[in-house]
Amino acid sequence: MLQDKDRVFTNLYGFESPDLDAARARGDWDGTKNLLAKGPDWIVEEIKKSELRGRGGAGFPSGLKWSFMPRERPEGQPAYLVVNADESEPGTCKDRDIMRHDPHKLVEGCLLAGHAMRATAAYVYIRGEFHKEAVALQKAIDEAYDAGLVGGDACGSGYDFDIFLHRGAGAYICGEETALLESLEGKKGLPRLKPPFPAQAGLYGCPSTVTNVETVAVSPTILRRGADWFASLGRPRNTGTKLFCVSGHVNEPCNVEEEMGIPLRELIDRHAGGVRGGWDNLLAVIPGGSSVPCIPKPACDELPLDFDSLVEVKSGLGTAAVIVMDKSTDIVRAIWRLSKFYKHESCGQCTPCREGTGWMMRVLGRMIEGRASHDEIDLLEEVTTQVEGHTICALGDAAAWPIQGLIRHFRPELERRIDECRRSSAMAAE
Amino acid sequence: MSLAHGRPSIPDRQPVGFAFSDENRAKAEAAIAKYPEGRRQSAVMPLLDLAQRQEGWVSVAAMDVIADILEVPAIRVYEVATFYTMFNLEPVGEFLVQICTTTPCMLRDSDAIVDACRSHLGIDFGETTTDGKFTLKEVECLGACVNAPMVQINDDYYEDLDAAKAVGVLETLARGETPVAGPQNGRRSSEPVSGARTLRGGD
Repeated sequence: MLQDKDRVFTNLYGFESPDLDAARARGDWDGTKNLLAKGPDWIVEEIKKSELRGRGGAGFPSGLKWSFMPRERPEGQPAYLVVNADESEPGTCKDRDIMRHDPHKLVEGCLLAGHAMRATAAYVYIRGEFHKEAVALQKAIDEAYDAGLVGGDACGSGYDFDIFLHRGAGAYICGEETALLESLEGKKGLPRLKPPFPAQAGLYGCPSTVTNVETVAVSPTILRRGADWFASLGRPRNTGTKLFCVSGHVNEPCNVEEEMGIPLRELIDRHAGGVRGGWDNLLAVIPGGSSVPCIPKPACDELPLDFDSLVEVKSGLGTAAVIVMDKSTDIVRAIWRLSKFYKHESCGQCTPCREGTGWMMRVLGRMIEGRASHDEIDLLEEVTTQVEGHTICALGDAAAWPIQGLIRHFRPELERRIDECRRSSAMAAE
Repeated sequence: MSLAHGRPSIPDRQPVGFAFSDENRAKAEAAIAKYPEGRRQSAVMPLLDLAQRQEGWVSVAAMDVIADILEVPAIRVYEVATFYTMFNLEPVGEFLVQICTTTPCMLRDSDAIVDACRSHLGIDFGETTTDGKFTLKEVECLGACVNAPMVQINDDYYEDLDAAKAVGVLETLARGETPVAGPQNGRRSSEPVSGARTLRGGD
C-alpha cells in the first residue's frame, strides 16, 4: 500500500483546514518562487520526466501537452490555462475533494502550470452544482491574492498571473474541452471541430490549454519532490499516484489516493471494505467512470489499475472512478441508465449522437425486460459503431462503449431475457 | 413544456419586468470584470445565476435585462438559459429537491429515495407542493458518487441517504430548520464510513 508520505493530497478527507496557513503547513507554496525562477522549459521537462498523464480521462502525457503552447506570441496577445473542474463523469468525485479540502494545491498548480505554458491567466471552470466547492476554491484564490502568491508579480517572481473562477450551470458536455471553451465565452456548450486545437486557437481565439484539476494540482508536488520520485511509483508510462473513487456495491465506498497500478482487488478489499457479500459476489466493474466498458468478474481477479493494463482488457482507466456491481445488479438496467445519461447530455449538434443516444437507450430499455429479438443485439452493436467515431467530440464514443462492453461480456444474459420474455408471452397467448 | 432532449422551453406566462437589486447589480459588474475587455458575453451564466438567486427562477424579462447589460442580442441569453439545466425557466418551490438517479446512485438504491420523496411530498418529478415549499426533480450525476445515494437541495448536498434519512431531511426543512448538509451516516466526507484507513496522521 502507498505510504502516507508518498501521498500528494494529504487533506483529501478534510480532516484539516483547507486555508492557507494549514496548506503551508502541509507543504504547499514552499519555494514556489524558486520553482518559477527555473523557467517554463524546466517545468515542462520535469513534468515530461515524471511521465504524468492527464487525470481527466484521456491520459495524454501532460508535459507534452503543456509544450504545445506557443513559445512566442504577438505583442499583447493573452494565453490561457483553463482548468477543467466540470467533474461530471458518473462515478467520479475526486476533483471535488481537491477543491473543497486541498484547494491551495490547485491554486499553486495553476500558477506553476500557467508559467510552464507562458499563460497570462487561468480560468477554472467548475460545475455549477459544486457550490460549496466553488466557495472554498474562491476563498483559496482570494487568500493567494492577499498573500501576493498570485496576481501581479506572483510570489515575487516578476511573473503576472491571474486566476478566475467560472461556474457552469449543469451540462456534462462542458467537460469536453472545446465545449468548455464555448461555455466560458458565454455560449451553449457545443464542442468545436479540431483543428484548430486549443493550443493554437482556444479561449477567445487565443492559445489555451485545458487541463483537469487533479493533473494541475499534483504538479507542484512533482516539481518539489522531483520527477524521479513520481516516476518511481507505478510503472513506466503509468507512473505516480492517482485518486480513485470506489462507488457502488462495496461495503465502504470511498475516495483514496493510491499508487498507479494497484490491483483492483486490493483497492476494493483494502480501502473500500470489500465487495458486498465477498469477492465471489462480484459481477462486474466499470473501472474508469461511466464512459469505459465494464469488465466481468473473471477479468477482475488479477487486474492492475493503470492506463495500459485496462486498455489490454478493452476498457480504460478513464477518471479512475471504479463502479462496482455485485451479483444482485440488473446489469442491463445499469448500462441502460448510462445510456439515458448520455441521451440527456448529448448537446444535439451531431446527428449520430443526437439520434443515436436516444435510439440506443430505447432499444436497451426494451432489453431490460427482454422485449427484443436476438437480431437486435447485433443491430444495437452495429449502431454503436455508427455513433462511435462519427461525431465532433467523444460523447458519442462514450455513449457507445458501455453498450459495447455489455454486449461483449453479457450477451448470454441479454439472450436469456429475450428467450424468457418470448416464453412468457407465448404462454400468455395460449 | 419540454422539447426533445429534455431541454425546456420558455413558458408563456411571464412577469412584465425585472431589475437587479443594487447589491446584485454590483455583483454583476464584478462578474463581468473577470473577463477581458470586449468579452462581456462570458458573464451570461454568472448573471443568469444572480437573477435566479434573486427571483428563484429566470424570467424572459430577466434575460432581456441581462442581454442589455452584456450588450448582446436577447437570443444569445435565451439559448444559454435553455441549454443549461440549472436555470429554472419557471418558478420552483422554496426548496428544489434534485434526486440523482444515475448508475452509481442507482446501484445504492436511489429508487428508494425517489419513492420516499414522492410519497412523502405527494408530488412527482417536475411538480411543486401546493404550499409552494418543495419542487421535485430528477437529475443526472451530481459528482458525489462515493456518497451515494444523494440529493441536492438548493446549494446543499445531502449524502449517504436511505429512505428514512431522506424523509428526515425534508421534514427538518418543512419545520423551517436547516439540516446539516453532507453525509448523513456519520462520516466526515469521502473516507470509508468505519474510519479513514489512510491519512490518519502519525502512521
